[in-house]
Amino acid sequence: MPHAPKIAADRIEEAAHTVMAKAGIEIPDDYLHGIQAMASTESGDLSAFVLRAMLENWEAAKADRRPMCADTGVPRYYVKIGNEARIEGGPVELERRIRRATARATHDVPLRPNRVHPLSRRDNDNNVGINAPEIEYSFEPDADWIDVTTVHKGGLFGTDYRMLFPADGVDGIKRFYLDTLIAFGKRGLACQPAIVGIGLGGSKDTCMVLGKQAACLRVVGDRNPDPEIAALEDELKTLGNSIGMGAMGFVGSSMVVDCHIEVGYTHTGGMPMSVHCFCLSSRRATARLHPDGRIEYRTDPEWFTPYLRRDTVEWQSPAASSKKSA
Amino acid sequence: MAEPSGKLKEVRLTTPVRHEDLRRLELGDVVYLDGLIYTGRESVYKRVLQDGVAPPVDLKALTNVNFHCSPAASRNADGTFNVGAVTATASFRFSKWLPKWLEVSGAKVIVGKGGMSEQDYRDTFVPAGAVYLTTVGYGTGALLGRGIKRVRDAHWIDDLGIAQAMWVFEVEKFGPLLVESDLDGNSLFERNNRIVNQGLARLYEGLKPPSLARYGETDDRRDELIG
Repeated sequence: MPHAPKIAADRIEEAAHTVMAKAGIEIPDDYLHGIQAMASTESGDLSAFVLRAMLENWEAAKADRRPMCADTGVPRYYVKIGNEARIEGGPVELERRIRRATARATHDVPLRPNRVHPLSRRDNDNNVGINAPEIEYSFEPDADWIDVTTVHKGGLFGTDYRMLFPADGVDGIKRFYLDTLIAFGKRGLACQPAIVGIGLGGSKDTCMVLGKQAACLRVVGDRNPDPEIAALEDELKTLGNSIGMGAMGFVGSSMVVDCHIEVGYTHTGGMPMSVHCFCLSSRRATARLHPDGRIEYRTDPEWFTPYLRRDTVEWQSPAASSKKSA
Repeated sequence: MAEPSGKLKEVRLTTPVRHEDLRRLELGDVVYLDGLIYTGRESVYKRVLQDGVAPPVDLKALTNVNFHCSPAASRNADGTFNVGAVTATASFRFSKWLPKWLEVSGAKVIVGKGGMSEQDYRDTFVPAGAVYLTTVGYGTGALLGRGIKRVRDAHWIDDLGIAQAMWVFEVEKFGPLLVESDLDGNSLFERNNRIVNQGLARLYEGLKPPSLARYGETDDRRDELIG
């Protein structure tokens, strides 16, 4: 099979610039529908008022082409590279274009330049700096495209990590989940109702990465393919909405729009857990770049594929296995 | 608080806000502002209150509304500004500066995110005759952005940057905001916390504590962690 044509660097920069604006301005439909459903059942006056104001805010953002929220959070990227895809200039050029697009979009949208040096507080006024924006990678077999996703998750509140142990079981998971939601739900610091992502297992860093990806890269209504995990997602969603707390920490029931859990094989003696709240703006947008120059935009990053969740040594793609059985 | 119908009372306030207007505010009222407001957060507070630099403008003559905010804005080549959205940042982090700031600036209204503690209201806001209005959401950046009619100034932007500069905005129907504290120092958030707290013990019933505890300042979920 001949190599697919290279994906042009200019197109990568264009796609990254566009998803920066889309993420900042356009509320994803799955999250919008989740909040609409909560607004129709919320019985707390103040919490219901907040949800109605947010619905109005998203309309205003789209109509005016201005950001939903002035706090840009910490914009970051997730790049999924098809195994057959080739990039003009290679991965170094891809990163250069993503950094350029970030700086340009910060000025053009405009987005608030949030990224500063942690000690000197120096601000380049473009959301680019040392280790910023973060770019995470994954790969996909039997594909010749690249997906560029940006997420603008809030950067201050609503996230925590804890090392639990097998003996703590589901009780331990529930307690730490409640602890985090209550701690950051008061006064609405978590900007709830949130898509709550939970990382279970891995080592400390992968536990945090998986939980954040679960919050930011899966859509409302989506369930983990493992039935046991899916059942726990449902149970935790219900538990979060029974705290008695709604938007801004006011009395109510609108806390968790959805709960997503991702797991990673972990130390035999441990069960580390992380909790992440993706906020009332839930900013995410994805572009798929094809070798023929087409770019398709969407709001479902489709990050967690069977390949990403594989637990075997060897990977046999569905295409290859069906060919073999034929 | 909410009227029996579930509708919240709506109030328009013009800056500088007068004491008698503040007196009429009740917790949970929905407020819209008209007039002038300025942003000031940690870098402005530090410069004025710790480094002893005079404010770039006579604040007492300008307005008495301080917004804890950084806008999503950019500077055009001709020196004008493009403001897209504005939302507040969490105010509890500025607690240590506010007693002096209310004195120096003459601010009577703090607009921000998440409020302060009832203790701060009683110790600092009540003696100064000031109230706290919270933004909604968070945050309604596009709605608040629509309320900004003109950027009058962006003081100290060259060295503090866009996020920390002192912006002076002309606003019209700027909101929605909720009355979080009144002139008596009551807090809408703490009133809600007290109700939510009544149900917390029930949630933890039957869930055994984890095998390994953590050092921490509190294990009482009725406590808040701010302040």
